[in-house]
Amino acid sequence: MNNKEEKKRQTIGLTVNGEPREIEVGSHAYQVAPWDTLAHTLRETLGLTGTKIGCDHGACGSCTVLMDGKAILSCMTLTVECDGKSITTIEGLGESQAGELDPLQQAFINNTAFQCGFCTPGMIIASRALLDEKPSPDESEVKDTLSGHFCRCISHYHVVRAVLEAAKKGS
Amino acid sequence: MAKAYRFIGKSTPRKDALEIVTGKAEFIDDVKRPGMLCGKVLRSPYPHANIVDIDTAAARALPGVKAVLTYENVPDWKTGIPRHVRVLDRKVRFVGDGVALVAAETEEKANEALGLIKVEYEKLPAVYDVEEAIAREAPQLYDEFPRNLIPTDVKVFGPKTLSGVVLGDVEKGLAEADYIGEGTYGYENLANPLPLEPPGVIAEWQGPEKLTVWSATQSASWHRFIMYSKMGFPDIRAISTHCGGSFGSKNYSAQPLFYAAALAKATGKPVKVMYTKEEHFGAFSWRLGSRFRGKVGIKKDGTVTAVSGEWFVDTGAFSDMAQAQIGVGCGEAQLMIRCPNWDLKTKLVCTNHSAAGVVRGFGGQELESAFHPVISIALEQADLDPVEFFKKNYVKPGDGYFWREGNWWVSRGRDYSEAIMEGAKAFHWKDKWKGWLKPSAVNGAKRVGVGVGVHGNADVGEDETEAYVRLNPDATAVVHVLVSESGMGQRSSLCKMAAEVLQLPLERVDMTPPDSLINPFDFGLVGSRGTYAVGSAVIAAAEDARKKLLELAAPLLHASPEELETHDGKVFVKGKPDSAIPWNRITGTMQTCTGFGRFEPDFSVPNFLALFVEVEVDTETGQVALLNLVPVTDVGQIIDPLSLEGQIYGGLGSAGTDTALFEESVIDRKHGHMLNINMIDYKWRTFSELPRFHNVILETPLPTHRFKAVGVGEIATSPGPSAVLMAASNAVGERLCEYPLTPERIFKALGKLKGSKTK
Repeated sequence: MNNKEEKKRQTIGLTVNGEPREIEVGSHAYQVAPWDTLAHTLRETLGLTGTKIGCDHGACGSCTVLMDGKAILSCMTLTVECDGKSITTIEGLGESQAGELDPLQQAFINNTAFQCGFCTPGMIIASRALLDEKPSPDESEVKDTLSGHFCRCISHYHVVRAVLEAAKKGS
Repeated sequence: MAKAYRFIGKSTPRKDALEIVTGKAEFIDDVKRPGMLCGKVLRSPYPHANIVDIDTAAARALPGVKAVLTYENVPDWKTGIPRHVRVLDRKVRFVGDGVALVAAETEEKANEALGLIKVEYEKLPAVYDVEEAIAREAPQLYDEFPRNLIPTDVKVFGPKTLSGVVLGDVEKGLAEADYIGEGTYGYENLANPLPLEPPGVIAEWQGPEKLTVWSATQSASWHRFIMYSKMGFPDIRAISTHCGGSFGSKNYSAQPLFYAAALAKATGKPVKVMYTKEEHFGAFSWRLGSRFRGKVGIKKDGTVTAVSGEWFVDTGAFSDMAQAQIGVGCGEAQLMIRCPNWDLKTKLVCTNHSAAGVVRGFGGQELESAFHPVISIALEQADLDPVEFFKKNYVKPGDGYFWREGNWWVSRGRDYSEAIMEGAKAFHWKDKWKGWLKPSAVNGAKRVGVGVGVHGNADVGEDETEAYVRLNPDATAVVHVLVSESGMGQRSSLCKMAAEVLQLPLERVDMTPPDSLINPFDFGLVGSRGTYAVGSAVIAAAEDARKKLLELAAPLLHASPEELETHDGKVFVKGKPDSAIPWNRITGTMQTCTGFGRFEPDFSVPNFLALFVEVEVDTETGQVALLNLVPVTDVGQIIDPLSLEGQIYGGLGSAGTDTALFEESVIDRKHGHMLNINMIDYKWRTFSELPRFHNVILETPLPTHRFKAVGVGEIATSPGPSAVLMAASNAVGERLCEYPLTPERIFKALGKLKGSKTK
């Protein structure tokens, strides 16, 4: 193995919110350590703090992001496993440059579908994955999708309303 | 009928909605300070032990580690009532108690250093039960608290602080009773309010006596005015980020703040202490344990003649607020039932589990959940409908009660009889109530039962708030008030109140960030006080600013200030909109116009919430399912419909109604460890298990508030546990005595377990 190849191996390439990112593997703050979770990399290395860490053990859903369009738990995913993947976080929804919101974000606003708001990014992302796969889900499908998302304020009723409203507007 | 307002009562987007849905809202773990270090805590593996030796040399030598602190070198700060909780102590009193602190450049280094600290413990016997703890031979947690009794005669609310209720003649009252309910019930789940965001604090010293703390708080001011007295009165600037849920628990974060501030002092750098979820579960803030042993006497018509008993309060390893919770709890019990004869005594006990702290319900829910079942026994004997009983006995205008500071208050609130009947109607109570210990329906192995609970609080007017409202020449207004956002939407609702007074579009009214340096005093968003106490201060400040503006405008419009009106940033003579001049013509571009408002405590306006519940018990699996909830309240005037609805839905979670069903901190009493110390094993309600939930919200105007409103948010959790216990008892036809209603307990009641009684 020559030096060039070795160097190449030591970066992780992933697309985050449409932007290609190359991150070196290493243990400095600007690098990706082999034990870094995607949630950690997004928040601490790339500064995308919209993704939240609630339990850090895959039980609360607040760290949910899209990987190649599928909702995943970023606290249970190692960044080194994400080479070549495309990640979408809450910051990447809608047309953020134009200030346009994703219909789900607008529906969450319309329905005040949050109280403290800490679970909101994860819920919106998971709902996005659902609507991308199934544009007109019924209520029980929305509930099933979000059943791994912890909301202690009990905004569930408003959230279900918001997701169904966004689905209706989108279809 | 409620009056129609321009903003009040209308659904408007939360002012922080855009930040929240785009992920831009800043929470405590999103904040970074230049040069910031990571603080970590080494925690005790034993429930009770002396530290014989602690060796930190290897940890200190690790590159990247900037400070290691133990009980030998932490600052001499103390919290607790009375002051008994050091930053770190030579003794540990629960599994998870702090042993040593580390500050390092990275989290990995800090964790590595924790592993290098060598501690030798002398293990001591531990005690977990309140009544075992007060036995003479029980292990002692503190030398200064013999028999583990923490004093309740403390001046937390002044010299007469309520620590029980003594009124009239209980013996006479019991002699007059036709029925006496008697028993011992516990509400000892030690549930966790468990906001999603774990607690965290960043501390940074600007000088030896000048400290800035960032944290996610429910009540930003507490980190200044409560914490400085515990730390030798440094000048603390308290800043709150968005708060990812609190439910009381993050009113303040005494331990994380102590740790961060001690490490920041030792290193001269900003330090963040962010708890893991495990630390949040095991070492932050649990609900008080509560056990009531006593009697209640009633007459045939439901008149209560006497309440007599003892309330044991289990605060865990230390008390930081329990005496205050006892004071409020004793007050709230008197709202729930009007009774001329009381002898309610309390004992505050420390035990070897994680400490209790502030949790929504604040003593009242804990007492009610243990006391209400004893009332039920009396009502069962008398064959009285609990709805009729609570309608008759909930505090009425003109009735008196002792409140937390020991004074006698007379209610000038409302009679909530109509509200409880409206709730009963919406729930179809009359059709469903079949009598005590009788199911409303039986479908094979599944049995349905109904129950009701009521709760109220006179804390809607507790403590002081000050506010400024500043009118800017460009027809915008800024509300200066120290209010953080932990989910109630109160920052938005307060802007609405100011907008309504000023008749200014809501988007032109803003609020200063929750920072103690730039805002006057506010006690915080506790006790449902946002609407009445904080709201009234903001309204008064807005009115004062408006008055000053109109006074300035009067000469320009050749009219008296009373003849003037302001609307959308213009002032005109009433009835003559053509005379309108913009604010900047009145003030010029280099002058603002500021009003001040202050709210003084008033405990004379109790709020109210009754909760009707329907449960289904599967007698084959022992599962209890919550089918249907109908809460009813009268708020006088809704400020924001969606925020209010959210607060009431919130009664299910945050150590509320679900504590009757499945929420509890399970402690292994052999080793003192919490067994379900993660979000998989600690049960919580998912989207797939949502019951039917129908809010009944009345709006009968209350004269005590400019917009006729009263807050209710806090108490949404409180009537739930006892209502569910009643409903499940009716479903199975046996009195259920313990929370939560695990399948084991249901089987036991049904006589289906070996060793239990058979039917």
